[in-house]
Amino acid sequence: MSEPVFDLTLIWVGIIGFGIIMYVLLDGFDLGQGILFPFAPDDQARDVMMNSVAPVWDANETWLVLGGAGLLAAFPLVYSVFLPALYIGVFLMLAALIFRGVAFEFRFKANKSRFLWNWAFAGGSFIAAFAQGAVVGTYIQGFETENFRYVGGALDWLTPFTVLTGVGLVAGYALLGSTWLILKSEGYIQDWAYKITPRLLLAVLVIFGIIGVWSPMIDDFLKERWFSGVSLLWVLPLITLFFAGWVYRAVKKRQEGFPFVATLGLFISTFVALIFSKWPYVVPPNYTFWDAASAHESQLFLLLGLLFVVPFILMYSAWSYWVFRGKVKAGVGYH
Amino acid sequence: MELDPLLLSRIQFAFVVSFHAIFPVFTIGLASYIALLEGLFFKTKNPAWERLAKFWTQVFAVVFGMGVVSGIVMSFQFGTNWSNFSYATANFLGPVLSYEVITAFFLEAGFLGVMLFGRNKVPKGVHLFAACMVALGTFISAFWILSANSLMQTPAGLELRGEIYHVASWAEALFTASFFYRFWHMIVASFLTGGFVVAGVSAWFLLKGREVEANKKALSMTLWLLLIIAPAQLLIGDFHGLSTLEHQPTKVAAMEGNWERGTGVPLILFAIPDQENEKNHFEIKIPKLASLILTHDSEGELPGLLDVPAEERPPVFIVFWAFRIMVGLGVLMIGFAFAGLFLRAGGRFASSSWYLKGLVAMSLSPFIAVVAGWFVTEVGRAPWLVYGLMTHAEGLTPSLTGGMALFTLIGYILVYAVIFSAGVYYLMRVFQAGIEATDDDIEVESDHAKRPLSAAHVPFEQGDKA
Repeated sequence: MSEPVFDLTLIWVGIIGFGIIMYVLLDGFDLGQGILFPFAPDDQARDVMMNSVAPVWDANETWLVLGGAGLLAAFPLVYSVFLPALYIGVFLMLAALIFRGVAFEFRFKANKSRFLWNWAFAGGSFIAAFAQGAVVGTYIQGFETENFRYVGGALDWLTPFTVLTGVGLVAGYALLGSTWLILKSEGYIQDWAYKITPRLLLAVLVIFGIIGVWSPMIDDFLKERWFSGVSLLWVLPLITLFFAGWVYRAVKKRQEGFPFVATLGLFISTFVALIFSKWPYVVPPNYTFWDAASAHESQLFLLLGLLFVVPFILMYSAWSYWVFRGKVKAGVGYH
Repeated sequence: MELDPLLLSRIQFAFVVSFHAIFPVFTIGLASYIALLEGLFFKTKNPAWERLAKFWTQVFAVVFGMGVVSGIVMSFQFGTNWSNFSYATANFLGPVLSYEVITAFFLEAGFLGVMLFGRNKVPKGVHLFAACMVALGTFISAFWILSANSLMQTPAGLELRGEIYHVASWAEALFTASFFYRFWHMIVASFLTGGFVVAGVSAWFLLKGREVEANKKALSMTLWLLLIIAPAQLLIGDFHGLSTLEHQPTKVAAMEGNWERGTGVPLILFAIPDQENEKNHFEIKIPKLASLILTHDSEGELPGLLDVPAEERPPVFIVFWAFRIMVGLGVLMIGFAFAGLFLRAGGRFASSSWYLKGLVAMSLSPFIAVVAGWFVTEVGRAPWLVYGLMTHAEGLTPSLTGGMALFTLIGYILVYAVIFSAGVYYLMRVFQAGIEATDDDIEVESDHAKRPLSAAHVPFEQGDKA
C-alpha cells in the first residue's frame, strides 16, 4: 500500500463541511416555510409558501443523505459516536423529515384531508429543525467517550443548553424562510414576510448571543480558544453582526434579494465561527478529525467517485433554481 | 422482564429493512420493463406501447418515491443501533454505501427527470436512452448494496488492524464468494416481482374489461418473460444454495432442518424445529432427497446443526419456515407461468376468469418471497453479523438500552404504518385511474425530477378531479 502523499483527511473536512453548510442553507429555507406555516396570514399564503420551495426541497435534502453516508466513509468515528449519542434525537428528526416529505407530496393531491397534511408539514419542519439545532448544541457540549465509543446516556443531548441551540436553529431557519419568501412572493404575502423578518432577526441575534456567552461557560476548550488573548477569531462575530445589519437595512429599504443573501452570510459566518471554536476536534473533547478519519485508501476510493458526481449534482441544482426562478404567483395552484 | 437491546435492535432492523426492500425490489424490475416498453414503442411506433409505458412510469414514480423516503432511515440505522459494527467495518462499508447513494443521486439528477417529465420535451431517442439509463442505474445501486451484504456473509479482502478492518483488496472485498449468486438471485427476484405485478394489474384490468387490447399485450409479453425467469430463478437459487453449503454450512443445515451430520439426508417437507431439544417434531420427509439436491448424490454427506455449539446456531424455526415459504411461492410462480403457456391456445390466458383472478392474487407473492428469502439469509447468518468475524452482540451500540430500542422500534412502526398506508392507498388510486388516465397529457409547471411523486397526477381522494 502506498504511503499517503497528501492529506486526504483535510480534503474530506472540506467536503463534509461544504455538504453540511449546503444542507443547512438549502434545507433551512424550506424547513423555514414549515416553521412559519401556522403563522401565515391565510391559506392562499400557505399555498405560495409551499409552492416557493416545492420544486427544490427534495434536492435540498439529498445533501443530508450524502452527508450521512459521507461521514461513515470518511469519518466513521463521528458516525459511530454522534448517532448513538443522539439516538432519540436522530429518530425524531428522521420521523419528522419523513412526515414532512410525505405531507409535501400528498397535500397537493389532497382536498378534504389537506388540513392534516398542513399539520404534518408544520410539525415535521419544526421538530426536524429543533433536532438539528440540538445536534449543534451537543457538539459544543462534547461527548462522553471511552476507547472510541460513546458511553454517555440516552438523553445527554437534551440539556437546557441544547434546547436553546435547538430553538436557535428553529428561529434561524424561520429567518431563512421569511427572507426567501420576500424574494419569491409579492403583494400582501411579501408585506407579511417583510413585517416578520426584523422580529425573527432580533430573535436570532438574541438567541445566538446567549449561546455565544453560554458556550465558554460550559466548555473550557472553547473559552481558551476565544479568550486567551487577542484573536483573529474575534472578527467572525463582527462579520455576523455586519450581515445582521445588512438584513435589517435591506428589509427597511424593501430590497427583495438582499435580505436572503445577507441571511446566508449570517449563517456561513456563524458556521465558520463554530468550526474554529472547536478545531481540530470533531468528537469533542477527545477526538480530532484525524483520529476520526477512515483509512487513506478508503477516503481515496470514495473521493474519486465524488469528484465525478458532485459537479453534476451542483449543475443540476443550479439548473433547477434557474428554471424555477421568479415570483410564485398567488392562486397559481399546483394542479 | 428486562428489555434486551440486542433482540429489539434485530427486530427493528428486520422491520425497517424488510419494509424498505419491497420498494427497490419492485422498481428494479419495473425500470427494465418500462425501458423495454419504450424500446418497443420506439421501434414499432405502436401507441399501445407508449400508453403502457406512461401508465407504468406513474406507478414507478410513486414506488421510487416511497423507496427513497424509507431508504433515508436505512442510512442511519447502522450508526444508531450497530455503531460497533459500523466503526469496525467503515473502511469498506462507508465507501460502498456512499457509492450507492451517489449512484442514486446521479441517476435522479441526470435521467430520472428526463424519463418522468421529458416525454414531450426531448427527442424520442433521448427519452428511450434515459429510460435505459434509469434501468441501468437500478442495477448499479443493487450491485453496491448486495456487495456490502455479501461481504457480511462471506467476508474476504479485509485485514484486521487493532479493532478496525482495513481493505487489503478492493476486488476481493467487492466480489466475495457469494456475491454473484446473490446478485443474480436478487435481480431475477426483482424481475419476477415486476413481472407478477404487471401481470396481476393487467389481469385485474382485463377482468374489468378495461383497455383490453393494451392489457392483453402487456399480459402476453409478461407471461413469456415469466416462463423463462421463474424456472431460471429455481436454477440460480440452487447454485446459490450450493455456494452457501460450501461457505455457511450451518445456514444450510438450518434451512433443511437437519440436526445430525450424515449421509443420505432426507428432504423435510414439514416439521416444527425445536431449538432447545435439538430435534424436529411432526416431520414429513422424502428419503435421501436433500442429499441428492445439495450434493447431486443420494448418499452425499450434509452438515448438521449439531456440528457447531448451541450458541453458534441460528434460530432454526425462522430459517426453516422462511425457506419453505420462499421455495413454495417460487414453485407456485413456475406453475402460473406454465399455466399461462397452456392457456395460450385461443388466447384463454387473457379471458379465463379463474386464471386472471389467480394472477391478481399472485401479484403479492414475489414481495412475500423476497422478504422470506432475506429472512433465510440474514437470520441464517446468526449469531454472526459478519460471518465468522463479528457477532450481532459484538456489533451492537454499547450505549444502547432496551428502553431506547423499544421506543424507536414502536416509533418506526407507527411512522411506516402511516406512510405505507398513504402510499399504498395512493397507488391503488393510480391503478383505478388506469391507463385511460394517461391519455390527457397534463403538463404542470411544478413537475420536477427531484420529486418523483409529482409525475403522478391522480388526486388523493376518490371522486376528485386533478
